[in-house]
Amino acid sequence: MKKLMLGNEAVARGAYEAGVRVVSSYPGTPSTEITENIVKYDDIYVEWAPNEKVAAEVAIGASIAGARSMSCMKHVGLNVMADPVFTVSYTGVNGGLVLCVADDQGMHSSQNEQDSRHYAKASKILMIEPSDSGECKDFTKKAYELSEKYDTPVFLRLSTRVSHSQSLVEEEEPAEAVLKDYDKNPQKYVMMPGNAIKRHVVVEDRITALKEFAETSDLNTVEENGSKIGVIAAGIAYMYAKEALSDKVDYLKLGIVYPLPEKKIQEFAKKYDKVYVIEELDPVIEEFCKSVGVNVIGKDVFTLQGEYTTSMIKKAVLGEAAPEFDEINEPIPVRPPVMCAGCPHRGTFYVLKKLGLVVSGDIGCYTLGAAAPLQSVDTTICMGASVSAAHGMAKARGSEFNKKLVSVIGDSTFMHSGITGLVDIVYNKGNNTVIILDNSITGMTGHQDNPTTGYTIRKEETKQVNLITLCKSIGIEHVVVADPFDVKNFEKVVKEEVEREAPSVIIAQRPCALLPNMRKTYTGHCKITKDCKKCKMCMKLGCPAISLDGDTVKIDTTQCNGCGLCVGVCPFGAIKKED
Amino acid sequence: MNIMIVGVGGQGTLLASRILGKVAIKEGYDVKVSEVHGMSQRGGSVVTYVKYGEKVYSPIIDKGEADLILAFEMLEAMRALPYLKKGGKMIANTQQMNPMPVITGAMTYPENIADKISQKADLKAVDALALAEKAGTIKAVNVVLIGLLAKSMEVDKQVWIDVIKETVPEKFLEMNLKAFELGYEL
Repeated sequence: MKKLMLGNEAVARGAYEAGVRVVSSYPGTPSTEITENIVKYDDIYVEWAPNEKVAAEVAIGASIAGARSMSCMKHVGLNVMADPVFTVSYTGVNGGLVLCVADDQGMHSSQNEQDSRHYAKASKILMIEPSDSGECKDFTKKAYELSEKYDTPVFLRLSTRVSHSQSLVEEEEPAEAVLKDYDKNPQKYVMMPGNAIKRHVVVEDRITALKEFAETSDLNTVEENGSKIGVIAAGIAYMYAKEALSDKVDYLKLGIVYPLPEKKIQEFAKKYDKVYVIEELDPVIEEFCKSVGVNVIGKDVFTLQGEYTTSMIKKAVLGEAAPEFDEINEPIPVRPPVMCAGCPHRGTFYVLKKLGLVVSGDIGCYTLGAAAPLQSVDTTICMGASVSAAHGMAKARGSEFNKKLVSVIGDSTFMHSGITGLVDIVYNKGNNTVIILDNSITGMTGHQDNPTTGYTIRKEETKQVNLITLCKSIGIEHVVVADPFDVKNFEKVVKEEVEREAPSVIIAQRPCALLPNMRKTYTGHCKITKDCKKCKMCMKLGCPAISLDGDTVKIDTTQCNGCGLCVGVCPFGAIKKED
Repeated sequence: MNIMIVGVGGQGTLLASRILGKVAIKEGYDVKVSEVHGMSQRGGSVVTYVKYGEKVYSPIIDKGEADLILAFEMLEAMRALPYLKKGGKMIANTQQMNPMPVITGAMTYPENIADKISQKADLKAVDALALAEKAGTIKAVNVVLIGLLAKSMEVDKQVWIDVIKETVPEKFLEMNLKAFELGYEL
């Protein structure tokens, strides 16, 4: 029987059916649930690695050792992974190796909108792209076949709407998880110049062979409906096109997005008056078509930004108007994401805002510290940049500026790529203050364990990285642990540490409010009593449960979890906890 | 059939969409359910789509395409109205949750949203929060609304109950089945 599955869940199922033995990833929306679903299969070794580069190297090692392996990441994770990826293209594989990369068109949960297809071309690695959950499973299995047949890693390109949509999948019996022989083969696996020069020849030959394969592969399909308009599309954009244009056009659906099939595209295109390339983000297919003499319409009529819609496609290709709709003509307040009621970061940012510090921010739930009313965060670039960028700021502007500057970085992000920035500060005589927001979990992506939590992805107990001894061991002499909900003490600690003529780390320790044990710890609700002087100090917390009703402050008990942060912030003791 | 479910992150819209998706499969349709994960879930506007029919391609619903909108919160109902097809139906929970621009005083929460929507579309607005409380947990708002939706669809009631049993964890099942009945009886 067919089952409804998320695209990510279907990729995991495909890996299982393909006999995958090792999976290592770092969480990142929209890719996270692939690895989380691997946990269902007891015989597969699966782990959260500290970052994507480590994860890829684990998968590469497993492949060289003879196992089918996988690593999954979001598009920006591929930047972190890029170093080993470009060289594993040269070494090739032993057991099949699939790298799943999920782009985030529309930036539902990302800091940029990069198009990962460029990486396939740049690293000369085969890239295939499914368009629904059924294809997610089938393409994953196919990817392992191709990986071993052509001795190449394979990219499986996903996108938010493929990864996070559920559609029907037919489950099949898994293949035996074979462990191939391990052979010492330094000419293939030791990439020093003498060997790499020879392997580059192999890479170019492989791409030539894969181009031939793309010409005839059933991953690239033509659908004829007798139209004078042809459409070339891949992945989710194909589904949008199909919904919008149904049988009014003919299609070349590309399952292989690198390398592209030159002859197949030329032969398809010559049958039509007009050929459209419908692809979100960059004109990768369009530019290829034009480079092989095929005149297509692409970004002249479609945007480079965000997600496409069926109306947009209907209008551009068929000239049809969008359906009519009703709306209410008055301003509708936006509802941006906010830190949850009880979020430990709220105490931290309340203090940082109060002290008027420059905050070098990072990637995680705490990026929301940039939003009103806390508005503390000054910069957010990428994982780990809070630490190193603050070092650069301090070196650029001097010690007085540094006394008004802190970095904030989550526990998981610090493990991912904050440590090296901190080493740089110590080594190069920086005096920065780094606040590690230790909420005991990887929050934003939905509660994944990490090296600081003491548990593996399978919830087995394991060694826990001790942040205090780690920081001390690299030369930070001043490490202070403070509870961000004890706002008076936290403020005192921050003031002391930014003044210090030495690098320091504050570990802001309080678990995420959504963790099961915190849900038990926080009980009852907070209530504004008659002692309220309407000073609105509590409103500065930006708690979703506290708002104004006229000029009266009220707490919404359906949202309040009784964390008590506001009780400590009220200067008149006018907020009380009730059970 | 295009159904759009809108609400605020944390209200349980995902569970509602999964229940709907499973019901549609049991009825023998091709189904697509589009979800939202990650940052958007953190107390922001959340939109999920459930589409079913003989064959479904895009998992997304565009403006003017939804046959039915299930809204968990009034401001989100107002925001979603343009997605409703002409002649479509909206079911909304009368609960109001202030978004951050309202909390900070930068904007005001619009008044009489239900009346304004009713002038344009077929709206059924109910206090699902009160019914969920009656069922034993405010978290069951989603299942109350599913109950209400079930009443207006041509699917055997037992199918819905079976799917809720498959989807909801054992220890919350009784409360959720009660919540479903309360919605269904409206």
